[in-house]
Amino acid sequence: MTAQRKPRPQLIRTKLSMPCQEPSDRIQNFDEVPYGYNEAEAVFEAQRCLTCKNQPCVSGCPVEVPIRDFISLVKERNFLEAAALIKTKNSLPAVTGRVCPQESQCEAKCVMGRRHQPVAIGNLERFVADYAREHGEEIPELPKSTGKTVAIVGAGPAGLTCAGDLALMGHKVTIYEALHSPGGVLIYGIPEFRLPKGIVKYEIDFLKKIGVEIKLNFLVGSNKTVDELLDEFDAVFVGSGAGAPRFLNIPGINLVNVYSANEYLTRVNLLKGYKFPEYKTPVKRGKIVVIIGAGNVAMDSARTAKRLGAEHSIIVYRRSKKECPARQEEVHHADEEDIEFRFLTNPIRVIGDEQGKVKAVECLQYELGEPDETGRAKPIPIPGSEHLVECEIVIIAVGNDPNPTIPRTTPDLEVSRWGTIVTERNTGKTSKDRVYAGGDIATGAATVIAAMGAGKIAAKDIHKQIMGIEDEEIVEPS
Amino acid sequence: MMYIGNYSNKEEKLEKITHNCTYLSRKISESESNMFTLIDRKDVTAESVWFKIEAPDVARVCKAGQFVIIRANDKGERIPLTIADWDVNEGWVTVIFQKVGASTYELADLCKGDYLQDCVGPLGIPTYVENAGNTVVIGGGLGIAIATPVARAYKQAGNHTDVIIGVRNKELLFNVEEIREFADELYICTDDGSEGRQGFVTDQLLEMIESGQQIDTVFCVGPPIMMKFVAKVTEPFNLKTIASLNTIMLDGTGMCGACRVTVGGETKFACVDGPDFDAHLVEWEETMSRLSGYKEEEKEAMEHYQKHRKGCQCNKEGEQK
Repeated sequence: MTAQRKPRPQLIRTKLSMPCQEPSDRIQNFDEVPYGYNEAEAVFEAQRCLTCKNQPCVSGCPVEVPIRDFISLVKERNFLEAAALIKTKNSLPAVTGRVCPQESQCEAKCVMGRRHQPVAIGNLERFVADYAREHGEEIPELPKSTGKTVAIVGAGPAGLTCAGDLALMGHKVTIYEALHSPGGVLIYGIPEFRLPKGIVKYEIDFLKKIGVEIKLNFLVGSNKTVDELLDEFDAVFVGSGAGAPRFLNIPGINLVNVYSANEYLTRVNLLKGYKFPEYKTPVKRGKIVVIIGAGNVAMDSARTAKRLGAEHSIIVYRRSKKECPARQEEVHHADEEDIEFRFLTNPIRVIGDEQGKVKAVECLQYELGEPDETGRAKPIPIPGSEHLVECEIVIIAVGNDPNPTIPRTTPDLEVSRWGTIVTERNTGKTSKDRVYAGGDIATGAATVIAAMGAGKIAAKDIHKQIMGIEDEEIVEPS
Repeated sequence: MMYIGNYSNKEEKLEKITHNCTYLSRKISESESNMFTLIDRKDVTAESVWFKIEAPDVARVCKAGQFVIIRANDKGERIPLTIADWDVNEGWVTVIFQKVGASTYELADLCKGDYLQDCVGPLGIPTYVENAGNTVVIGGGLGIAIATPVARAYKQAGNHTDVIIGVRNKELLFNVEEIREFADELYICTDDGSEGRQGFVTDQLLEMIESGQQIDTVFCVGPPIMMKFVAKVTEPFNLKTIASLNTIMLDGTGMCGACRVTVGGETKFACVDGPDFDAHLVEWEETMSRLSGYKEEEKEAMEHYQKHRKGCQCNKEGEQK
């Protein structure tokens, strides 16, 4: 069918928002908050795209999804083709459509956004991926096997992307994952209500169908070292993530019911503690829960606590709302769910009862001073402003450090003073021959899509190295 | 061309299969590439169960003092258990655990030939075994399972190795003959005097120290209250004492911090910085309160387990109670 030339539809200035579960309903369940577009809504939103020749949106995407072209296919209702087109660049579209910070990437570059609201690229990507999942998508034809093998350390966003791209280039890929489920932060960190685990599993099953092997319960560094993997494989990609939680150096931090956000979210997401006792891993439920920090992980923790029955889920953050590192959308959803914010407040001590259980957090009030080295106003404590915030559970969400396992067990791998593996930015190469790294282990804690971008860059260079290809000959995966 | 079907249907199907019975671990495991055969099992005492698990990747590299995390089935808890024994050539490890809550009862329901959903390890830093001269290894209760390979390692490193084991009564004793084979001296203590000396392991230890016996290192593993008192006994004599901690853990790789413990004023993770620590520097009260943080939930889980227990479905005689 040839594309019909239609009169340009009337310019719609605002993006079509996705229908969502009502806040009062959704805080009682773990189901996904937005429902997603239906076909008509997707086509409607797609028609807002101006089909720019120079595609500025693509330059905003770390994995260079052909955004204009997939949206054009959506306009024509060729949803499966649109999905196949996205998958040539992005092996996890149902995930990125949900968790990417589009407002600072593709949508920030959208020409529509200069005067009006940008096209809802994330929502469209999500729709297309969901449509393909529900309607059965084709497995792309794989090239002839190259006979080359690559080991990937860690089944998170970086590793999965790297694996997918390499498999599509005809290499035999084995992913080693220490946990009992693949997905990394997609499985243990991001909650079900933001990213349903069935979707993650589907996207990973897709990778298995294109030949990626995943070995679970295998800790590289213990069961085998990177050096041992190099004996068996042509190259190794390390995507072991930023999994080591930071704690605050304040008294009482090891009291009972003080959690790292990692622990709290792992109990709920990976181990399904919200279905306790059917699932056997417990998670504490409390009437008042205090969350320290204001990033996306803090929002996830606060919203999870609400769903586990907290009457007050309180975010304590030492700067003001403006400096919140979380995505605007996450703060907005948290606001809607009656998450309480105590800005310019910082804990100085956790106080326990006689059984060693948390009963309050002592905090100091802050005011904003001159900008600090990050350009943000520096919070300064107000003397004498000590006060108690009573609570039963404290969740520390102040960030993660790189996972030390691989650096500790791979002596000749160059590591920065922050514990990240040093890599060449445009290839993912490390100081060790045939070893690549990418994602949070190389950059420190960042986003899912940045990790995927790093996995993609490394896959290209690994392909070149193991095939002995010069720069010009590089073949794009298709 | 292959097509991927609708996933949500598959999940529903899987849900039906799994339907909360012990048999489920076998069903699920067969559909997964990773599975860990339970080669053998036996009840060591009325409270404790011994598992021999097929896990060649673990057996190939493990050392005394390290642990595995196992999961009975898809809904199970991740349970950290110290490796009691292993065989590189045959590719198995053994663990001994006590039936204390729903998860360990569920584990104990598994029969010979069943599959464990997960088994990952070896985790943690191996016990540092040097030829220190004279070593006393103390195992309390289930800790005997861990004390055995550690004591053997000390002996093999050339130490004069005495072993003290303590239990409530003689019915709870195990590994006695095994330890006797290599230990220079084995002392048994029971609370009720039904075997060996009536009293605690600390009574025996104090007697040995006060008798002027040369001791260079004490290694203890068992209930935290016992380890706390071992530390108290040895501290005045400035006697190097190592405790092997068993804390609450999720991943066991340093990702969650559930296992954190204050040692010498610093926060350490038992999973990656331990499990062995200087017993004189451990904050024992904090360690004990963190271990008992889920008392109410454990009770609830146990009630749920008892209500829904289907027991063994493999029709093998003699394996199950």
